[in-house]
Amino acid sequence: MLSFTLNGEKTTFDGDPDTPLLWVIRDANHLTGTKYGCGIAQCGACTVHVNGMSKRACVTPISTCEGSQITTIESVDGREAKAVQAAWKSLDVPQCGYCQSGQIMSAVALLKQKPSPSDEDIDNAMDGNICRCATYQRIRKAIHDAAKEMEASA
Amino acid sequence: MKMSAKRVFCIAVCLVASASSPAIAESLKSVDEFDNVKDEKARSVAMFEEVGKVLQHPRCLNCHPVGNQPLQGEDMVLHNPPVQRGPGNFGVAGMECNTCHQAMNVKVTGQSEDVKSIPGHPKWHLAPPEMAWVGKSLGEICLQLKDKERNGNKTMPEMIHHMAEDTLVGWGWEPGDGREPAPGTQAAFGKLFKAWVDTGAHCPKV
Repeated sequence: MLSFTLNGEKTTFDGDPDTPLLWVIRDANHLTGTKYGCGIAQCGACTVHVNGMSKRACVTPISTCEGSQITTIESVDGREAKAVQAAWKSLDVPQCGYCQSGQIMSAVALLKQKPSPSDEDIDNAMDGNICRCATYQRIRKAIHDAAKEMEASA
Repeated sequence: MKMSAKRVFCIAVCLVASASSPAIAESLKSVDEFDNVKDEKARSVAMFEEVGKVLQHPRCLNCHPVGNQPLQGEDMVLHNPPVQRGPGNFGVAGMECNTCHQAMNVKVTGQSEDVKSIPGHPKWHLAPPEMAWVGKSLGEICLQLKDKERNGNKTMPEMIHHMAEDTLVGWGWEPGDGREPAPGTQAAFGKLFKAWVDTGAHCPKV
């Protein structure tokens, strides 16, 4: 029996320890905001936070999550998340939206480490998150806007 | 941003290119097999050339790249996603190596036949820039390994230990499904490397 914290709640999993975290989140815990895209860490749609850091849930065996704090799009919070959510809404970033929970989780993880990222910082942090609608320009601007908002409200 | 339609196309192409069928690992000659080379310098050089089969194998070269992006696959294409080295060789803020790579190789399911696993190790990271090997001759790599400014400030005994015992080096022989292991075994490689050092650590011509 594996135990971890999922979105602030103590959670257990007694299935195959090789099960990817993504399926524990989606199937066992019915949190479907985190998406399946490729299954091999090539697209970023499944990005969650494990102990505050970006993680591709599709290639993370649940056995590696014992005792971890896992956060998904459903409960990501804090000043970075609030700023990102506001900027995303303001710029109407999503188009089809499928990749956007992963984009937001990556953006929040970036801003936690780099509150004022450069274009290069954003490109490097986000280049594992693919958007089939090519909303990249809006994503980059929204991250800059979120950074400015964080600075203004600091 | 760097992302483009070309990137999306590249996902399919690069994935196919990055995971060729596993082949039987080429073996390494044992130290004894060099006994017939009577001249010690020539024997040292010959043993290093055998060591070079490992050093210049894609399992090693892919993470000893020139520049700031790792390579992948038997054909050593640029890593996809196009990740960056970062200040400590462990990736950049928000896109660290362990964003995707676990502490162990991870099998994947439901993929095409040539995509079997995601490689991993607890210390998964790039060799620092001064340890770049790609595109260099074996003679150049040999000099590099002996240069403390380009070998992590290691003495030769420390280098022997690194080659023979380091578990990230050892990943090269246990690279996970879908990847060809480095030739021989880490133990055989370590013995050859030590024998090379013990015979004067002579290098092939640059």
